[in-house]
Amino acid sequence: MIDKIIENLAESVSVIEDGAVVLISGFGESGNPTELVHALIDHGARDLTLVNNNAGNGHVGLAALLESGQVRKMICSFPRSSHSEVFDTMYVGGRIELEVVPQGTLAERIRAAGAGIGGFYTRTTIGTPLADGKERRIYNGEEYVLEDPLYADVALVKANLADRWGNLTYRLAARNFGPIMCTAAKTTIVQARQIVDLGEIPPEQVVTPGIYVDRVVEVANPGSEREMIENDVHYPAGGAE
Amino acid sequence: MTDKLSRRQVAWRLAQDIEDGNYVNLGIGMPELVANYIPDDREIVFHSENGILGMGCEPRANKVDYDLINAGKKPVTMLPGGAFFHHADSFGMIRGGHIDVCVLGAFQVSAVGDLANWSTGGPDAVPAVGGAMDLAVGARKVLVMTDHNTKKGDFKIVDDCSYPLTGAGVVNTVFTDIAVIDILEGGPNVREKVAGVSFDELQSRTGTELAGADTCSELLAPDVG
Repeated sequence: MIDKIIENLAESVSVIEDGAVVLISGFGESGNPTELVHALIDHGARDLTLVNNNAGNGHVGLAALLESGQVRKMICSFPRSSHSEVFDTMYVGGRIELEVVPQGTLAERIRAAGAGIGGFYTRTTIGTPLADGKERRIYNGEEYVLEDPLYADVALVKANLADRWGNLTYRLAARNFGPIMCTAAKTTIVQARQIVDLGEIPPEQVVTPGIYVDRVVEVANPGSEREMIENDVHYPAGGAE
Repeated sequence: MTDKLSRRQVAWRLAQDIEDGNYVNLGIGMPELVANYIPDDREIVFHSENGILGMGCEPRANKVDYDLINAGKKPVTMLPGGAFFHHADSFGMIRGGHIDVCVLGAFQVSAVGDLANWSTGGPDAVPAVGGAMDLAVGARKVLVMTDHNTKKGDFKIVDDCSYPLTGAGVVNTVFTDIAVIDILEGGPNVREKVAGVSFDELQSRTGTELAGADTCSELLAPDVG
């Protein structure tokens, strides 16, 4: 019998090792697996490389993971935001490495890793400093640069519905990076709002087929990062230095 | 005589150049204003890079849902016919030439249509590129919306960009508070300018040579605030 359901958050992230490359779903404050990220803070794996579109907000979720000192490097497209003070301070202080990747290239590098594609050429970054040193090729008279797949050890993803096979749906635009991140990691760990019986998600509505998912934990009422930031919540509580 | 359009008027003017049936991506900030001024007789589908087609306006306060936000992380709504999709699909649409128009802000635009809008190159700045480089190369038409000069009066339309590029030779038209300038094969060509600014004055406020002195028409916009 296949049963990917894990009873609690702590157990769900217990497989994450020091030095892991961790994909974290979400865009801004939509689709962030905040509870899984907090469980990773408690778990304590160190020397991590994180991949997300942004670099966290306030003192919760991804920003709290950065603040915990467990992260060596951040790979993202847009680290700057109105509440990104944790990352900004660490970056300016030289306490974290940053790899800035254009958003579409970031998505396609993740997709390539999950689909067994060994790199791809794109016109994105031609003529910009981000193309420096990259292999080039001409297609249809236009210049393209080579980009590599972005392989990961772990993906932490937030979904809406899940079943014991790991089939997933997503809420509204919280889908964003979730489906591609599920495909690209050796171990994909999902927090879902609701775990339903097999067959309750109509097959034509499954967005991520369970083949890409390893572990599912139910978080019925996930916290809103927006509200936590407005209320100046820190994770762990009292963890502000 | 008008000597300057407001930001909302620039957005209105740009919106008149978006055609019925276009799929349009609006960049973060000033470009978002364009959505307010699409003529009623045109049906436009707005794309948001985080995986939305058919994005509608800002929601009422009691309908805000932070799982439904735009690229600028602001709450939005969906129109009937809208769709969600994942990030790789979203940027496949962009790079694959399926987006008709994107509207971006700019630090600088060069005479050959180079765009610089992501970094001022300062040593302490946190670099952040987002989706701008993908949009710059992928959208069929790149429209830039910007003040004609910086707050300090520096040129923004120049011979060569001094800031790091977002894309090379990508800009089609620049809409500023005093002019509409098409980037043509032969260089920047003024299509329209406000009546209160002479062509010579426009040239003196621009860091590259402009054509169109004899052919440009008046840049007009209604009082939209």
